[in-house]
Amino acid sequence: MSLAEGVLQIVEDTAKREGARRVSLVVLEIGKLSSVVPEALSFCFEAVTRGSVAEGARLEWVELPGQAYCMQCEQAVPLEAVYAPCPQCGSGQLQLIQGNEMRVKEMQIEQ
Amino acid sequence: MCNVCGCGSGEIRIEGVAAGHADLRPTVHRHADGSVHAHDHPHDHDHSPAQIAGSDGSGDLHFGHGPAHAHAPGLSQARMVQIEQDILSKNDRYAKANRAGLQQRGIFAINLVSSPGSGKTTLLVRTIEALNGALTTTVIEGDQQTTNDAERIRATGARAIQINTGKGCHLDAQMVGDAIERLDPPEDSLLLIENVGNLVCPASFDLGEAHKVAILSVTEGEDKPLKYPDMFRAADLMLLNKVDLLPYLNFNVEQALAAALQVNPRLRVIQVSATTGAGFDDWLAWLRQGSAAARRQRVHADPDKTTYSAGREPAVAAQS
Repeated sequence: MSLAEGVLQIVEDTAKREGARRVSLVVLEIGKLSSVVPEALSFCFEAVTRGSVAEGARLEWVELPGQAYCMQCEQAVPLEAVYAPCPQCGSGQLQLIQGNEMRVKEMQIEQ
Repeated sequence: MCNVCGCGSGEIRIEGVAAGHADLRPTVHRHADGSVHAHDHPHDHDHSPAQIAGSDGSGDLHFGHGPAHAHAPGLSQARMVQIEQDILSKNDRYAKANRAGLQQRGIFAINLVSSPGSGKTTLLVRTIEALNGALTTTVIEGDQQTTNDAERIRATGARAIQINTGKGCHLDAQMVGDAIERLDPPEDSLLLIENVGNLVCPASFDLGEAHKVAILSVTEGEDKPLKYPDMFRAADLMLLNKVDLLPYLNFNVEQALAAALQVNPRLRVIQVSATTGAGFDDWLAWLRQGSAAARRQRVHADPDKTTYSAGREPAVAAQS
């Protein structure tokens, strides 16, 4: 719920800055390895936006797959879980480079 | 996260006083290359028909130049606005300010996270007693309701402040910032923040601490680090608590440690018992070491460089 409020805060700030009359669409980027359940966030978003400039706005999300840099393979490898070993060499020496995102990407406004 | 457990905000009380918030900070922008900067936006738009219609500068109105490339009477031109801002960016800004303020004063702050009932408060009480004044310690207690924990801490003689989160399931950086202001911990002291008992949400909310310390007790399952990987990944130290009960339980210590290290290979683990004091030498040594590092950093800090300003990266935290 506080994440949904975080989204609304960003949306409201941006709407004000851009002079928007209404917000019709909000697009999020959610990493596959982040602890966000987009469906649950979507439900909360509907609740928190009631009465705001974003009331009735559609919430869409882009899921970003997990990716890490493997020190052994010296290259970026796909990652299924935060603690999973490298799918190529089995090493645990991984540096997460993508998949942890919780970001408001863009939104559609009407003026 | 909270969107799963349905926790909310708006009922936050710091020792009986409702916490009011106003965010007057400038907007922070994150670019695709990861750089972040802040600036104020005094945008004043004049929404004349020309803007809705789109103007090419000639003074003519062109209803096909808007983002929709068309016009329907009574409908406005919708357009997409790029934002690229982290959902937790507001919390992170407060956390950054907290961290900078703590560093300036040489305060070593620890965020203690665990499930409810792992023995956090008992561990804190014992820690304060064992430190025996060697480090001035203040405590921020987070719970949904009651001031019981803060009262337990105060019984040791240490100053403590209770944050009641109401329906919230975690502390956030703004609550902690307010609490620090009221608690006013002295320079070079130790600040222990006991988060709300929850292994999920507190992992995502940076409070401005130097380290997160996860507490796992042997009355829980060995596989808890695998079930709640975010928390054990966010922590730098894990205290395996209640080890005095091991003879009476079927808890496999090796399995628990393997699970924790699988999730976070650089996690340090200390086995302790808040009841008997076992393992406290190592735990207290870790606290003293961190506190000494925080103190050194204050001594060497160039006041000009550590002054917080929104959007600027503050000095790096000791050992983090």
